[in-house]
Amino acid sequence: MDALEPVRAADVADGPPEEAIGRLTAEAVGKTYVEQDRSREVLKDLHLTLEAGRVTVVMGPSGCGKSCLINLLAGYEPPTAGRVVLDGRPTAGPGPDRLAVFQETALFPWLTAFENVAYGPKIRKELKGAQLESAVMELLRLVGLEDFRDKYPAQLSGGMQRRAELVRALANRPKVMLLDEPFRGLDAMTRGLMRDVCLTIFRRHRGSSLFVTSELDEGLALADQLAIFTNRPAKVKKLLDVPFERPRTDQLRSSPAYLALKAEALELLHEEAVKSFKTGAIESADFVEAYGALA
Amino acid sequence: MRLAGRLKKTFGSATTRRSLVSLTTFVVLWELSARLKIPVLGAVPSPAETAACLVQEIFRAEYWRSWGGSLARILIGFAAAQLLGVPLGLFLGWSRRAREVIFPLVEIMRPVPPLAWVPVSVIFWPSAELSMIFVTFLGAFFTVILNIVEGIAAVDERYLRAAASLGAGKSGLFWHVLLPASLPSVLTGMTVGMGITWCVVVAAEMIATDTGLGFLTWRGYVAGEFPLIVVGMLSIGLAGWLSSGLIRRVGLHFAPWLKN
Ligand SMILES: Nc1ncnc2c1ncn2[C@@H]1O[C@H](COP(=O)(O)OP(=O)(O)OP(=O)(O)O)[C@@H](O)[C@H]1O
Ligand SMILES: [Mg+2]
Repeated sequence: MDALEPVRAADVADGPPEEAIGRLTAEAVGKTYVEQDRSREVLKDLHLTLEAGRVTVVMGPSGCGKSCLINLLAGYEPPTAGRVVLDGRPTAGPGPDRLAVFQETALFPWLTAFENVAYGPKIRKELKGAQLESAVMELLRLVGLEDFRDKYPAQLSGGMQRRAELVRALANRPKVMLLDEPFRGLDAMTRGLMRDVCLTIFRRHRGSSLFVTSELDEGLALADQLAIFTNRPAKVKKLLDVPFERPRTDQLRSSPAYLALKAEALELLHEEAVKSFKTGAIESADFVEAYGALA
Repeated sequence: MRLAGRLKKTFGSATTRRSLVSLTTFVVLWELSARLKIPVLGAVPSPAETAACLVQEIFRAEYWRSWGGSLARILIGFAAAQLLGVPLGLFLGWSRRAREVIFPLVEIMRPVPPLAWVPVSVIFWPSAELSMIFVTFLGAFFTVILNIVEGIAAVDERYLRAAASLGAGKSGLFWHVLLPASLPSVLTGMTVGMGITWCVVVAAEMIATDTGLGFLTWRGYVAGEFPLIVVGMLSIGLAGWLSSGLIRRVGLHFAPWLKN
């Protein structure tokens, strides 16, 4: 039972017990891009709170602004309205407390798997020598990469790269993990396995997590709460609680409560997809198809 | 038996076999065109004549002095170009302001063929040797700068973002991201620069001195020793090939992730 519980602040040596670590709040966040004479409002008055020790899954029409939100939360771009607050303090710029993993690998091609994972703690001089070595090896073992420590990213398969990148983030004990469709582009088999890896990662991670996906089953396997975004300009259309214990078994997935939640999510997603379709967004055709197939 | 195995491995590989086939075909056609006195091509000394001349040259000190002369010029000119060009290129790639100030100058100087510098450098530099080294230097200098600046401009923002998130400061971004990410373009710049350097040094040697492989070839022409011309050309080809190979080797040593 306790293995299934998310690791909370209390299990972590530093920081007083029960203090929430990694509560990240988007407060009335807006983002408008201005290009020459026309402007494009991508996010509008978006409120979303990522709770410590919990996984928030974000889903919404393609092109609605999910990646845009991740960029704002990670500090790569400033919001044009509102603010992002981490544990009571407004954020500015990127930092090791909020780490993002995107669909495209950002492992450094010039560092080995080991060096990539070690990079953050090493340059911040938090760990060195034998301590660094054992911390990194432990993480590589966690995702089955211990035999690939000296391989360069180009020598790893797509799934291995994703795993290495996940533990590279984890090595910094971030307060927030931001995962933007990290498994997009992997084959179905690998994707299923990566879902389990992700559950392992979340168990080890003390802070909050945001996971963007376009696959409802994947989202429901991981989520504590599911945030469904509206069509652009995006905000949270509905926040659904996903109270099921993990791992979510086949048995659970055929239970009435689960199916009801899934049906509700599907309907909400479908509604937004149709809207985005009506407003003429080309991408939405793919979206309707994808969700229509599930319905 | 072991040796046979090794030989089989080296010569049995498809790539090696294809290179051998192409080289052999080339030599056979060359010999044939000399024997059959095909117009124009037939005037080139045959492989047999060339080989005889080569064997003769190999035992002459002067032949090796020619190698030494060219190699020394290449080495000094090329090394100086890298020593100045790599840091300057990195600096220009790093600092937008520096780029705005210095780059127009580079853009104007670059299209001037290095050989067009020969008269000026002969006037400026106290010795022919120095002027040749200078021209060699120019051949590689602009190439390496341009390649680095372009390489840095093309560095994927993902890596910079990742490094910034992981806690790299400004200098971290430079040393840990921009520098390694631009290494492939540095290597390309060096390889191209090395090619240019050989062109330049050979031409300069024909104009301005009495040593080096370029001069050896020229002497063959002036003295009417046609096989010597071909020996000179082959030697230059070999030298260029060896130096590019060396750059690749050294490059892969410093950038092992570029293997395959
Ligand atoms: N730098 C930018 N300049 C202008 N417009 C941008 C910029 N970045 C994103 N956008 C716009 O913001 C909108 C949202 O893009 P975003 O990538 O966040 O969507 P998404 O929800 O992640 O879509 P997907 O599901 O396809 O990944 C798009 O219409 C895009 O054109
Ligand atoms: Mg996206």
